[in-house]
Amino acid sequence: MKGSLIIVGFFILGALCGVYHLIPYDFTQSKLSFYALCALMFCVGISIGNDPQTLRNFRSLNPRLVFLPVMTILGTLAGCGIVSLFLSHRSITDCMAVGSGFGYYSLSSIFITEYKGAELGTIALLSNILREIITLLFAPLLVRWFGNLAPISSGGATTMDTTLPVITRYSGQSFVVVSIFHGFVVDFSVPFLVTLFCSI
Amino acid sequence: MFIVIGIMFMGILLGFLLRQQKLSDIHRIITVLIWLLLFLLGIDVGGNQKIIQGLHTLGMEALAITLAAVLGSAMAAWALWYTLYKKKNKEGRI
Repeated sequence: MKGSLIIVGFFILGALCGVYHLIPYDFTQSKLSFYALCALMFCVGISIGNDPQTLRNFRSLNPRLVFLPVMTILGTLAGCGIVSLFLSHRSITDCMAVGSGFGYYSLSSIFITEYKGAELGTIALLSNILREIITLLFAPLLVRWFGNLAPISSGGATTMDTTLPVITRYSGQSFVVVSIFHGFVVDFSVPFLVTLFCSI
Repeated sequence: MFIVIGIMFMGILLGFLLRQQKLSDIHRIITVLIWLLLFLLGIDVGGNQKIIQGLHTLGMEALAITLAAVLGSAMAAWALWYTLYKKKNKEGRI
């Protein structure tokens, strides 16, 4: 939680600098954010490749639950597709790109800003922060209404770290492995799906 | 656009080759890069009059997309839950 607040703090600090023109250099024309994004993804790659322990833990997973990340992705995209009908000035692919963040707000907002501009990037940041908050707050209701797997799907890419404690609490201890597996797969899908929906 | 994903795969390969070493600093570097990029996004947003004036609308749009995404995925999870457990009357078993 503290980490998330610091990240949002940096965004707000940047926004204040932008509003009051505190930084004379115009970053919007520079390629700095693209290079920083490349460096970030390189490091994310290294951290995935360097940690075979996570992959080894998945052996104890119920094989039928490998479909859960697929259900999360399809359900999210279906929901985004339907809501795009009501948001007349947003295309269906824009809504799906935002939804494809799956709560991974830092990475998805950065990607979408790079490909589609700061306006949709801001929507992605707000939307994916909200997804994490909604999951944290409504996990008990989700379990009651939609069963024990619902808070895991709702948590999206965050179920291997930030929302894992509430999922353990309300879905049960036995859902820890599937929750981590789900978070890992959905997390990994974010850059692919966001790039896909930004390019079509 | 797919350059970024290619770079991530190079990272995965390098991380795998160096798996004997503990690269504990990598998470710190990732955190700092995320801070930098969100700071830059903030500057973009703050310097754009159109976004600042429409922040309220953008927030409502974000909320609408999020609610749709959460409900959609929860229903999909319910469908899987129903197929795996309820139908076979093995509720609560993993």
